[in-house]
Amino acid sequence: MGLYDGFSRLAQEREAFQDGGLNPFGTCIDEVHSATQGSIGNRRVILAGTNNYLGLTFDPQAIAAAQAALVEQGTGTTGSRMANGSYGGHVALEQELAAFFERPSAIVFSTGYVANLGIISALATPKAVVLLDADCHASIYDACALGGAQIIRFRHNDAADLERRMVRLGEQAKDALIIVEGIYSMLGDVAPLQDIVEIKRRLGGYLLVDEAHSFGVMGQTGRGLAQALGVEQDVDIILGTFSKSLAAIGGFAVGNDRGMEVLRYASRPYIFTASPSPSAIASVRSALQTIAQAPELRDKLWQNAHRLYNGLAALGYQVGPHASPVVPVMIGTKEQGMRFWRALIEHGVYVNLVLPPAAPAGITLVRCSVSAAHSEQEIDAMVEAFAALRDSDILESVA
Amino acid sequence: MLKREVVTDYILECLSGLTAEKQRPVGLHSNLIEDLGLESIKIMDLLMMLEDQFDLSIPINILIDVSTPADLTDALMIYLEEHHGVV
Repeated sequence: MGLYDGFSRLAQEREAFQDGGLNPFGTCIDEVHSATQGSIGNRRVILAGTNNYLGLTFDPQAIAAAQAALVEQGTGTTGSRMANGSYGGHVALEQELAAFFERPSAIVFSTGYVANLGIISALATPKAVVLLDADCHASIYDACALGGAQIIRFRHNDAADLERRMVRLGEQAKDALIIVEGIYSMLGDVAPLQDIVEIKRRLGGYLLVDEAHSFGVMGQTGRGLAQALGVEQDVDIILGTFSKSLAAIGGFAVGNDRGMEVLRYASRPYIFTASPSPSAIASVRSALQTIAQAPELRDKLWQNAHRLYNGLAALGYQVGPHASPVVPVMIGTKEQGMRFWRALIEHGVYVNLVLPPAAPAGITLVRCSVSAAHSEQEIDAMVEAFAALRDSDILESVA
Repeated sequence: MLKREVVTDYILECLSGLTAEKQRPVGLHSNLIEDLGLESIKIMDLLMMLEDQFDLSIPINILIDVSTPADLTDALMIYLEEHHGVV
């Protein structure tokens, strides 16, 4: 048996999407001109397939901070914090995150994926029970598997289903980990956090919320969905990433108990990973200050989100359940999705094609992400591109 | 007391529904992915249906060695015996 024979079905499926055209799962953005403009080959495109919600990837202050760190501290740390030591920037950022969230403990990780892996795998031991929303990100599933916990799924955003499963668990529910996300990355919908918190108050458990897509986007000061809904005190740990609103790379966890600090010594993904580079840390520290000082970025983001969502809905497209910086557009079959995605690039718009199982409920969708940096003209140009394809033969056979 | 035949019948019934669109015949030894074309997420959804039907907590961890409906029945019965003593 060949080394890769077990992947033959996957390879066949992927080959079907090559057929000489652009590959949606291997796209190269050949040039990045700004937070919202790039080029794919010779085609200039509006970038709406990112997670650059606040548009800070070209923020002058963040770039200057990163450049200074690069010159002063070098290109990389070359090792893990446990073995090789932390840099001052790592510690400072953790203090700043803790202060921003008004929580006693913050831990920085090298990516958002590693943050989930690090915190969840350490807590989700083989004796633990984890109740997770069925649509949780792969990193959460992977983290539970790494930890060896018993994993019980509940139906997406269905608090009554969570309660039913907790009741079934009996006494075990009191120590169970409940894991949900703030904004879900594919449909842009949000967790019913108030209902979940109410269940937690009655039945017990510990609540972890991954605010990867909602940090910087929701809440009065940008702390995420828990802040927006006024339930932060009931969330034991908030997980997040630096690679979306904070426009760099890395991840974090903030806890409402200093006891979380012990996980530094129990989390293999924390212990055995090289620490984030000084330039990434510096730009994140700058972007965090910007989030705290510029709430108008969030206002602009939501204005843009509503403009795109309403524009696409008015064209008759099936979009997500409500306006959100993530605007999914449902597109028939996989083959139609592929053709539609390529046609959008021809019309100057880059979005993400998402196929099942990455997209929930067996649907194919193109995922548009909105940025505060998009101009109204860019949002309108995106709507015009979708309008041009509305009556094309690509969508003809869709029921 | 939960009988094996009851579990098997319900698994096959659920699978008929999940694969109805693809119109593929469902047998006890059909491969859930290769023969029935199920995505991994659908197999986890099937487990949720079983939890609800029999009012039991069954972690998705039991799916690790499951390839067919027969495997799923085996895994489920072993789990129930070990954790609930209901078989």
